Amino acid sequence: MAQTQEGVVERELTMSRAMVEAIADEMREDEEVFYMGEDVADYGGIFDSTAGLREEFGYDRIMDVPISETAYLGAAVGAAQAGMRPIAELMFVDFFGVAMDQIYNQMAKNTYMSGGNVNVPMVLTAAVGGYYNDAAQHSQTLYGTFAHLPGMKVVVPSTAYDAKGLMHNAIRDDDPVVYMFHKRLMGIGWMPAPDGPKTPVPETDYTIPFGSADVKREGADVTIVTLGLHVHRALEAAESLAEDGVDAEVIDLRTLVPLDDETILESVAKTGRLVVVDEDYRSFGVTGEIVARVAESSLADLEAVERVAAADVPIPYARSLENEMLPATEDIASAVRETQ
Amino acid sequence: MVQVTELQDMYADMVTARHYEERLQEEYMEGKQPAFDISAGPIPGELHLAAGHEASGAGVCQHLRDDDTVTAPHRPHHVAIAKGVDLKRMTAEIFGRESGLGKGKGGHMHLFDPDVNFACSGIIAEGCPPAAGAGLAAKKRNTDSVAVAFLGEGAIDQGAFLESLNFAAVHELPVVFVIEDNDWAISMPKGRVTDVENGSQRAGGFDMPGVRVDADDAVDVYEAAREAVGRARDRNGPTLVEVQVHRRMGHFMGDAQGYRPDEDQEAAQARDSIERLEADLRAAGVEDATIDDLREAAHERVEAAIAWAKDQPKPDPTAAHEDAFVNPPSGVTDTEPEFELAGGDD
Repeated sequence: MAQTQEGVVERELTMSRAMVEAIADEMREDEEVFYMGEDVADYGGIFDSTAGLREEFGYDRIMDVPISETAYLGAAVGAAQAGMRPIAELMFVDFFGVAMDQIYNQMAKNTYMSGGNVNVPMVLTAAVGGYYNDAAQHSQTLYGTFAHLPGMKVVVPSTAYDAKGLMHNAIRDDDPVVYMFHKRLMGIGWMPAPDGPKTPVPETDYTIPFGSADVKREGADVTIVTLGLHVHRALEAAESLAEDGVDAEVIDLRTLVPLDDETILESVAKTGRLVVVDEDYRSFGVTGEIVARVAESSLADLEAVERVAAADVPIPYARSLENEMLPATEDIASAVRETQ
Repeated sequence: MVQVTELQDMYADMVTARHYEERLQEEYMEGKQPAFDISAGPIPGELHLAAGHEASGAGVCQHLRDDDTVTAPHRPHHVAIAKGVDLKRMTAEIFGRESGLGKGKGGHMHLFDPDVNFACSGIIAEGCPPAAGAGLAAKKRNTDSVAVAFLGEGAIDQGAFLESLNFAAVHELPVVFVIEDNDWAISMPKGRVTDVENGSQRAGGFDMPGVRVDADDAVDVYEAAREAVGRARDRNGPTLVEVQVHRRMGHFMGDAQGYRPDEDQEAAQARDSIERLEADLRAAGVEDATIDDLREAAHERVEAAIAWAKDQPKPDPTAAHEDAFVNPPSGVTDTEPEFELAGGDD
């Protein structure tokens, strides 16, 4: 760490602490903000998404709910339409199936169907991601699924710093925001995170705009576009590539809806080579979308394209099987080498 | 005891709703005959008319204020009218016009009027959770407003309904669930798919009162709803109310109802809650001339709304790209903060 200087933020937080700090700050500022979910009060969220909040705000504002995702996500829609600012949590994003009507037919569409006369200022938080052998029903990211359906802003933080600023923006936004936090990034004792997500975090509140990708590493030879956990894997791959003389740029999308085309296109104009990395399924998803947008706008800039994503099968249980189908750091490095 | 003015209000709502549905049926069928083409004519898409349901909307909404929330299902017009939704803008929405409630983006199953806190949804039973959420908001804000979810008897086997009953009961929310039992879920008579005789019995599983109004009699609905809405307003928790209504038309316009016995259709035509309420009005001393005036005024109101709606401009096609969000896509800020972080990140 650098020497303490005037104005330099030294305090480091885990991603979960940063996310919770933003929620607590908003709850102090606005009585209308409250949190609903399973095991969010006394437990503090299975993945620490609400750790410590019940102690400060009590059961009325940190609400444990029946295992009825349709009822409580829908209740969040109704409370939001009444002008409150609920945050409702899907313990695992994989559980979306039992409540998808409330998510995509009500939460995501009511603003449009009302011609903008009704709005739904809620945040849907969801834990995502694999790499701990939880198998097919508890390991997905489903980034592409949520980004595909119109009417939701989709946020995927990769660091504590981003997590806090994006959460502030999510709660203050008058539209529905899906905030997808990766279990492996949260800094939970029983699920070790890589080094990257724990960052310095300012104590003051701040907002990070949606649709503003972040260049996490500058480079001249290849553009790696990714999000969530794979930002850190791409950075790790970039370090090993640097030893081979390949200088990779790593772009963290931070939000899928809206998507920051401009930062991607500028980078590809510089490098001519594009590698898109996604923990979600390969087909009909984020990787295809990014490649298509670059092709539509800047086909002439493209010299080489590679995609690194989950194979198109449900996520298997055994370590050897999961490792085979989810993208690893070495997969990113070899995809980059393919472009050189 | 129901006041005479309240009987008159309910009557006005009911004859407005009945005439509205009959007139929409005429407008809808324009251009759709002799060969039925669902996308032709001035009103495209599906149209689910509520003739025979009027007593339920009028009797319940008589107890509601503008700050009370109502969610209705795919057959919403009679409830919307009784709740006080802007009839002209609602009609413009049904005709797909720019000045409609949703600027022509919603249509007849997706009507939103935030001025009177009315919304409806085309997905069976999925209006129940948002109604519970409106009740939750009222409870959290410590106001005395309530929420009412209307649903059909075909919706009582849906998870969204059952989950919402439990959610409302366990949090003691000011919510009333109103089942409109018209005996038919499109072509499915309820006895073939639901193993309770009456939907109101569902309440027993959730430790809340369940009442059934057997005849579609506006005054009986009024009395049952007075107790249920009063219970909610007094913060004594949710109630399930079931009202027997009748489907005088097909499930949707164009539905030939080949599945439905003639005698059932005739029975639905024979019992008429509007005639019943007229008898109640006379018994309460209201002159025939006054009843005629109420009906005449309702018809004029409907005609004026339809004429106004048809005169409204159609949406500019480019407007299709607007209104997915109310805030800019970037949220509340377009600029990145500037911090100097130790270690050089950001």
